[in-house]
Amino acid sequence: MIPAAELIDADLIGLYRTMLTMRHFEEALMVQSTAGNLRGSLHLARGQEAIPAGVCLALRQSDSITMTYRGHGYVLAKGCDLGRIMAEICGRADGICGGKGGKMHIFDPEHGVLGANGIVAGGIPTAAGAALSAKLLKEDRIAVTVFGDGAINQGVVHEVMNMAGLWKLPLIFLCENNHYSEMTPLDRSSAVTKLSDRTAAYAIESVIVDGNDVLAVYEATAMAADKARTGGGATFIEAMTYRTCGHYNLDPGLSYRTKEEVAEWETKSPIIRFAAWLTENSKATTQQLLDIEAESKGIVDDAVEFALASPFPDEATALQGVFV
Amino acid sequence: MPIVNMTYREAVRATLVDEIERDANVFLMGEDIGRYQGTFRVTQGLFEQFKEKRVLDTPITEPGIVGIATGAAMTGLRPVVEMMTMSFSILALDQIINHAAKIHYMTGGQAKCPLVIRGPGGAANQLSAQHSHSMEGWYAHCPGLKVVAPAFPEDAAGLLRAAIRDDNPVIFTENPGVYTVKGDINTDDKDFVIPFGKAKVVREGKDITLIAYSRMVHVCLHAAELLEKDGLSVEVVDVRCLKPLDTETLYNSVRKTHRAVVVYEDWKSGSFGAEIAARIAEECFDDLDAPVGRVGGLNVPMPYSRVLELQCIPNEQDVINCVHKIG
Repeated sequence: MIPAAELIDADLIGLYRTMLTMRHFEEALMVQSTAGNLRGSLHLARGQEAIPAGVCLALRQSDSITMTYRGHGYVLAKGCDLGRIMAEICGRADGICGGKGGKMHIFDPEHGVLGANGIVAGGIPTAAGAALSAKLLKEDRIAVTVFGDGAINQGVVHEVMNMAGLWKLPLIFLCENNHYSEMTPLDRSSAVTKLSDRTAAYAIESVIVDGNDVLAVYEATAMAADKARTGGGATFIEAMTYRTCGHYNLDPGLSYRTKEEVAEWETKSPIIRFAAWLTENSKATTQQLLDIEAESKGIVDDAVEFALASPFPDEATALQGVFV
Repeated sequence: MPIVNMTYREAVRATLVDEIERDANVFLMGEDIGRYQGTFRVTQGLFEQFKEKRVLDTPITEPGIVGIATGAAMTGLRPVVEMMTMSFSILALDQIINHAAKIHYMTGGQAKCPLVIRGPGGAANQLSAQHSHSMEGWYAHCPGLKVVAPAFPEDAAGLLRAAIRDDNPVIFTENPGVYTVKGDINTDDKDFVIPFGKAKVVREGKDITLIAYSRMVHVCLHAAELLEKDGLSVEVVDVRCLKPLDTETLYNSVRKTHRAVVVYEDWKSGSFGAEIAARIAEECFDDLDAPVGRVGGLNVPMPYSRVLELQCIPNEQDVINCVHKIG
């Protein structure tokens, strides 16, 4: 593995671009939601951008990933076509799933994305299955499953952690601990608030990282991936973060949190932090960062344009594709 | 041709062996299927023959097993999961219905899930309320799942081979009461596949059609013999595959006999038998000389006492009574 300190400038700039693109992508989703171009719940991840960016830099295209409905960033960071993702979320024919998956069910197996998921913890066994197939087929790939602190109390998490420990699966459990399971704070939903403690019961090593430090996330994931690739089994990464938006588009996120708490976390934004790091360490100039900002906005604008130009699916396709 | 007379259980086992040997991606997983050789002994000898990479013992953790199998199926393997009883698949409903069944559709065709979930379904002797479910109707209700419930060893072999080779999730249910039914199998035919969606007329008659699947086919055949003594010519159609459903064979029989009784072990209300009855009523109304009859399990949790249990499971007399009732 390449330690974070040895990442080349292109990778560092790439991390920044990924985080910014994710932020702009989600802001565009909100605009489209307000405009009525997409309906239903929209779960954004403002403030959590460092985790998908850092995790996916440590992965290969062939590595599998499953994530939650708050998982747009992983799709983007895994290299999927942003226009087709936007089209999918807008329910268009050119959507990556033909408009049948939608924002909670983004799939792109070609890039290893085995699904965002509408069921909390639902995709955890799927990723473990990909890890099992890698092991049984002797294929050089690993799997990552991303879930929030709210998922930790679902039984299937523990079932899968047990089997991952028992069978030494090449799997990374990536817990985005944003301190709230939907609208309920962690200390009112979990008897043990240090979630990584739970993995001791399954012989799985755990590590806690600052989830708003993109390099820390990258390095923890790269180490876990290295271990998984060399037969060392599973790792649980608890990435501490905070969502500065609401749980979903209709939740301002302030009835269960104080304005001060949210504002404080806005100042800890992984994007602001990493921009400062890049300039302080002479990895990029302020002008370069502004250019990347414009570039990422352009990428997102193009994706929106592509999506809105795409037709709605042919009505006849509703009945197609239930079976292979 | 080596025709071997074997039990249903042996036919399932022999087919599993054939398919494991044929396709390196096929593997079995389930609770106590390996070293213990399965609680119903379907996987007897398989662990010794194929070892852990093909016959994987799992913890008791149905949602996890099915979920992991689904992920494995999406990434190149063809898992065959044994449910110790299909009743336990209730624990895995989220993974079966929300994931395995929907993956192909939700992904817009980008992914497939070649997964078989098989095991004993229905009542055995005094397994009582939580171990006696007939789950096939629940699964047949869900888009994305194929559902098979064979009654004979030959059908079990041909349909299980089809299930393992199918690229969709398949629920394969084996009523414990049919494990000892015997039949002839051509063990040389390693590609013996019965396509899904083909019902079979297992007894010809002209006065009335009995429609059933799994163990109830045997009950119907026996009832038909008894009714024949009363002068009734009874046709029996084995549905074999609930989804896809071969309605044509059912309708053709009803159009010939003009009377139909659907017989199933599942709870009578809201079951797949009710679906079959509704379809016949919709499509064959003008051909019917009587309302479609239904004989189903009593709508109660399965009681333990043998006397009470037998009250709940349809038998020959229940079928005969229904035939006489619809006239």
